[in-house]
Amino acid sequence: MFDALSERLQGAFQKLRSKGRLTEDDVKDAMREIRRALLEADVHHAVAKEFTERVREKAVGQEILQSLSASQHVVKIVHDELVSLMGGEQERIARAAKPPTVVMLVGLQGAGKTTAAAKLARHLVLKEHRRPLLVAADIYRPAAIDQLRILAKQIDVSIYAPGNHISPPEIVREAMEEARKAGNDYVIIDTAGRLHIDETLMQELSVMKDIAQPHEILLVIDAMTGQDAITVAEHFHSQLSVTGIVLTKLDGDTRGGAALTVRHVTGCPVKFVGTGEKTDALEPFYPDRMASRILGMGDVLSLIEKAQETIDEKQAKELEAKLLKNEFTLDDFLAQLQQVRKLGPLDQLLGMLPGMGKLKQLPAGAVDGSQMSKVEAIILSMSKAERVKPELVTKSSSRRIRIAKGSGTQVKDVNQLLRQFEEMRKMMKQFSSLAKGGKKGLGSLAGAMGSMGKKGGMPFSHGGKRRK
Amino acid sequence: MGIFDRLKASLTKTRQAFTERVETILHRRRIDEELFDELEETLLAADIGFETTQFLLNRMQKEARRKKLETADQLVPVLQEAILEILGEDPEPLTFAIPGPTVVLFVGVNGVGKTTTIGKLAKKWSDEGKKVVLAAGDTFRAAAIEQLVIWGERASVDVIRQTTGSDPAAVIFDAINAAKARKADILLCDTAGRLQNKANLMEELEKVYRIIARELPGAPHEVLLVLDATTGQNAITQAKLFSDVAKVTGIVLTKLDGTAKGGVVIGIKQALRIPVKWIGLGESIDDLQPFSAAGYAQALFSGATWIVGDNA
Repeated sequence: MFDALSERLQGAFQKLRSKGRLTEDDVKDAMREIRRALLEADVHHAVAKEFTERVREKAVGQEILQSLSASQHVVKIVHDELVSLMGGEQERIARAAKPPTVVMLVGLQGAGKTTAAAKLARHLVLKEHRRPLLVAADIYRPAAIDQLRILAKQIDVSIYAPGNHISPPEIVREAMEEARKAGNDYVIIDTAGRLHIDETLMQELSVMKDIAQPHEILLVIDAMTGQDAITVAEHFHSQLSVTGIVLTKLDGDTRGGAALTVRHVTGCPVKFVGTGEKTDALEPFYPDRMASRILGMGDVLSLIEKAQETIDEKQAKELEAKLLKNEFTLDDFLAQLQQVRKLGPLDQLLGMLPGMGKLKQLPAGAVDGSQMSKVEAIILSMSKAERVKPELVTKSSSRRIRIAKGSGTQVKDVNQLLRQFEEMRKMMKQFSSLAKGGKKGLGSLAGAMGSMGKKGGMPFSHGGKRRK
Repeated sequence: MGIFDRLKASLTKTRQAFTERVETILHRRRIDEELFDELEETLLAADIGFETTQFLLNRMQKEARRKKLETADQLVPVLQEAILEILGEDPEPLTFAIPGPTVVLFVGVNGVGKTTTIGKLAKKWSDEGKKVVLAAGDTFRAAAIEQLVIWGERASVDVIRQTTGSDPAAVIFDAINAAKARKADILLCDTAGRLQNKANLMEELEKVYRIIARELPGAPHEVLLVLDATTGQNAITQAKLFSDVAKVTGIVLTKLDGTAKGGVVIGIKQALRIPVKWIGLGESIDDLQPFSAAGYAQALFSGATWIVGDNA
């Protein structure tokens, strides 16, 4: 389901490897695959059609760049076109010349408005040093007000929540007054989720808009939305003149084609994406990453950023030093493993790497995190001395039996780990000579990742396959 | 108003209803390539997905040749039949365990309407005279427990709960024992919304499932995946990965009162054999209805031919 477009295109292009120029027919084949990729990513069919047409025009008659194969070349055109359609530059949240800046969040039920409101407030406080006021104007969903109240408390932001006995427009009116009195420079209004075809409730939003005179109306949309995103966006936009989009639940494995659809319909930029349930999981939108994601091309940039956030810089430096001196022990290996683990589930991680789409076809469990737990258990069952000098274990069968028992594994698992650790050490040795060339910081991780790619899996994944 | 009428009414709420488009396309037209292109777009627009759409188109093309069909409206029964064949016979919306309690576990990603669905079903069964107990297993999201408690009050049923942040498996454990002790007929277990690619959260769900199976042999009797009809092709992965940890027995397709058609359930049935058991057609309690494949297919397709007669 998630085959990378580039792999598909390679199929379509097999016959034209030798050619230097793309003909109309070659491009037609390619366009079919591109359309399919977009549809599988939930881009609206009309948008997909129009898009492939644009790409076709660009691709026909082009010289194939020397350095790229035909398929990569077309993917590049598609990718660039997607990026430019989703907006080149990153867009910030509006700021009114005369505070408070009023931001209203609107959208369907369950899109994630309440969570997004809290995230936005936290972002404004921490990143932009503002004093936002959250406004609980969802009087319909049971406990929605409580939810915002709890979140506001968590992030220590003031909230105006008079309860569900007064009408949302009235709440907004009072909240504006409150913000002026308290000197808040942002007002973030959480509205109730509603269907775009519910005229009464859509009218209510218009009234609230008239009262609040918002500088920013953000349409909150679930990244998993399918073809209906077009209708939803059209209705909300025509009724309210949306100014920006918040794309939520992007930490899922959806390709998120709705982003392109909504952008296409409203012409508004995606200003933020939600990438988790906690209030800190709000990120700026990067059109290039989104383009890669829609095309199933992996997301290397996100991975690197995630690594940067998670990997302990100091520990990485120490490790690097050890590598250079070739003093890498099982303890270090364990630490390394635990760090990789912190990045997230392994298969999700691999999914971010380009060309790793193929790994999805591996038997279930081949890149399983449980394999890592096993390795962890084995190492933890070793004595300090054994971790530093694995040879002690290699030489003694009684030690191996003890470790297997202690870790609830089998002797062959212990043997396998030792063998693979030895291989890894050798690899590290080669790598350390490269690293002396001046790589820094993340070098060790990048090295480990690189070896994963080359071998088509984690150092320990072939063990899992062998046992199958 | 019967389910069928209600579904029809829901599906024809907007002028751009999918059904109208089928009507417009099919009315007295000759069968040609252009027609199939338009049909393809219409099927895709209902979130039926690329693969299943191709499957349905192939089927129609074959049948058209075999039966020497000439006009487009003759294709309606073909399409309907193909979809009905995939959807199969309507399942029992709930299999009651004898003796009780019948345990139903609700799973799904965030924001699909799990808690709301539980609230509505609790009210429905409680009104029918069944003793219902709810388990507030969403211990993560702020105010999720309060939300279920409000529904519990509306339905006048007991809600077994702990505090936010507690172990959901422990809540469910308590709830099963409470349901047994109180001789409840039905125990509805809420869980936190989770994205299916979050390994740790899926493990947590697996544990909940295990605890239920351990505490009450034969349970959970139903595991319902709540699916938002607005969701696109990601729903297939949802169905697959949730089934991997908690054997899903059926789908609740919510928010069908919008303009989305939830066509992805056809692909899910085809690929994973998971049937839709309930559909949500609106906010009120009566709007949660047992699923009827015939009603769904008819409302989606041929139903339109008669509903939107003025368009012809």
